[in-house]
Amino acid sequence: MPLQDLEKIFQDKIDAEIKIEPKDWMPEAYRKTNIRQISQHAHSEIVGMLPEGNWITRAPSLKRKAILLAKVQDEAGHGLYLYSAAETLGTSREQTINDLHSGKAKYSSIFNYPTLTWADIGAIGWLVDGAAILNQVMLCRTSYGPYARAMVRICKEESFHQRQGFEILWVLSKGTREQKAMCQDAINRWWWPSLMMFGPHDSESTNSEQSMLWKIKRKSNDELRQNFVDMIAEQVKVLGMKLPDDKLKWNEQTRHYDFGEINWDEFWNVVKGNGPCNKERLEARKKAWEEGKWVREAAAAYAEKRKPQTPKGALEAA
Amino acid sequence: MNYLKKFYYGDIPEDKGGSNELKDSSKVSSSGGASDWPLWEVFIRSKQGLDHKHAGSLHAADAQMAIENARDVYTRRMEGVSIWVVESKYIHASNPDEAKSLYEPAEDKIYRHPTFYDLPDEVKHM
Ligand SMILES: [Fe+2]
Repeated sequence: MPLQDLEKIFQDKIDAEIKIEPKDWMPEAYRKTNIRQISQHAHSEIVGMLPEGNWITRAPSLKRKAILLAKVQDEAGHGLYLYSAAETLGTSREQTINDLHSGKAKYSSIFNYPTLTWADIGAIGWLVDGAAILNQVMLCRTSYGPYARAMVRICKEESFHQRQGFEILWVLSKGTREQKAMCQDAINRWWWPSLMMFGPHDSESTNSEQSMLWKIKRKSNDELRQNFVDMIAEQVKVLGMKLPDDKLKWNEQTRHYDFGEINWDEFWNVVKGNGPCNKERLEARKKAWEEGKWVREAAAAYAEKRKPQTPKGALEAA
Repeated sequence: MNYLKKFYYGDIPEDKGGSNELKDSSKVSSSGGASDWPLWEVFIRSKQGLDHKHAGSLHAADAQMAIENARDVYTRRMEGVSIWVVESKYIHASNPDEAKSLYEPAEDKIYRHPTFYDLPDEVKHM
């Protein structure tokens, strides 16, 4: 079949809201874009365990420790759902992980910021997971079947993440003067990086129509970011805290919050590897991979040993 | 060809430092690189009395590890009472390109559906 016909059938399916499945024909650019987006998303889940893992041993109570452990475990699961989804497009797991370790593949820049106090764990749950959820809810309807299914699973688990984060901050916001200050400080440090999670302005991006046309994505960066600001600007009032932006103001005309400009130099700097923890994060991943090598090898050797053996002489006889 | 430049959370474009090389896109393989553990498909029975349903896939060295990993990856919230795993390479699938001819025999047999039959209104419970 000529390429244009295949492309037409493909686009007709997308337009009719029929999901694309692994064995269906798809344009190379669609495959490539999905591989890049899904694997970067997977890496984000995996690297995202590091800043939070930092506090597992130092959580203020057994209850908080158990909750944080469960959350970090969920993130590992999310990474695995997504790696599997990426694999259905023809990449190998090994290659995908190698690309992370070599620095070729990226993950969300937000995880290159440090978790300095316990309140940061609250801020991550509330703001970082909150921002991620907006994106992920939209991706539940993405056109590639395995990606959409992974997202549905992830979204079901994600809402506990945001709620536990908000609860941590809420408890701190009712605590001592120091606890309140810690809560505000964490919000101050995590607010702008959270806004950056949605990516550059729509006006900065070319070829955005293609992604929308293919229904990989259904809302623009700025649209999602505005949803996020509107949501958080209300929730922060419950905490009795402030978002670190003097331009933040309800706009009666647009029925949305106005807000200040993001520091895009910082954004690009962190994407390019110069954030506070880029080096540390990648090193931690590589170390885990290296130090786990003997376990992987032992398991493979054990599996090999237990495989039913070909009866001796069977091959020679044949 | 010029690929998408727009990026989103978890999607940083290649020209800005994000990239992911495609090994061989013509082959949608399930086996992966040589040093990867094999890929397994996971099926989960969510409740006694229901069918096992495909939940996803994962890598494991052997069947026992696949079941244990499946428990950790797919049943963290008691989503299952029974797990099946099968190495992905043993799954045979119908070809989507042949879907039309494969399912064609059923297309013109509407008499297989109960609604095809016109019965008098007096007939109850049928
Ligand atoms: Fe997650």
